[in-house]
Amino acid sequence: MFKIFEPNKIFLVTSRLPKYVVGLFCIVLIIGLAEALIFSPEDYKQSDAVRIMYVHVPAAWISLGIFTSITILSISGFIFKSKNLFLIAKSLAPSGFVFNLIALVTGSIWGKPTWGTWWAWDARITSMLILLLFYGMYLIVWRIYEDKEKVYKISMIITLIGIINVPIIKYSVDWWNTLHQPASINILAKSSIHSSMLFPLGIMTAAFALFSLLIFLMKYNTELIKIKNKGLDRL
Amino acid sequence: MINELLNMNGYGLYVWSAFGFTLFSFGSLYIVTKIQYVKEQSKFVKKFGNLDTSKAAQARTQRINQEILSGASNI
Repeated sequence: MFKIFEPNKIFLVTSRLPKYVVGLFCIVLIIGLAEALIFSPEDYKQSDAVRIMYVHVPAAWISLGIFTSITILSISGFIFKSKNLFLIAKSLAPSGFVFNLIALVTGSIWGKPTWGTWWAWDARITSMLILLLFYGMYLIVWRIYEDKEKVYKISMIITLIGIINVPIIKYSVDWWNTLHQPASINILAKSSIHSSMLFPLGIMTAAFALFSLLIFLMKYNTELIKIKNKGLDRL
Repeated sequence: MINELLNMNGYGLYVWSAFGFTLFSFGSLYIVTKIQYVKEQSKFVKKFGNLDTSKAAQARTQRINQEILSGASNI
């Protein structure tokens, strides 16, 4: 089933992709930044402070998406005994961690002019901070343990516990009375955000997704070369 | 025009610092990842260079090894 994902075959593709992804990322990012900083309208209430949304929201979405993917990959890796799936999960984690950090920091910067404070122990913000801790634990486990089997088990347990936090993050603004505004974009219902703001948000999300793909490919290729380095030792 | 863009109706400091932090994080993550990649690739090339002829020939039969070596020559 996972033969298509065999490192020897997949490296032929993943080693060539980064140069194309980096080019595409630069183009999409330039368009996204122009839209976000110049062409998109200011908000009637928040004025130009609303532009922070164009980095804050995509970063939060992608960090949540990556953590969910890591969990699915870890569980699948454990069920199907596929080390490569664990390797893919490991390669996704650094960009997920950085996007989570960006979401927290830009959210804090956004909070000052809109709420009058840099930080509040609000349900949404606190649950995002908890996600960052899970990302941190996941990355640390790969660094501190030598025994790979142990790493696979512990990292999977971390993601299994951490994934409980993902729906809490998503619905925290509905379940609790929080400072954070409710979701403006809804896939199943009509979004409350105007198309003039939705467009730059979409472009910036695409740019962020391309960046996480770029980092993933570079990290994954590094991991495959590491394995090959060990292979040369065994010759 | 430039002043308006920088000032952002008084929110310039917040908006530019948020975008600045994001781009700084992107740059840092890219550089760190690239350094790790180049380091592993160089290690591979060095180890490969130290192999004797028969082992090097054996290693070269694997397509992935050829790919790593050709990638290293492009750095």
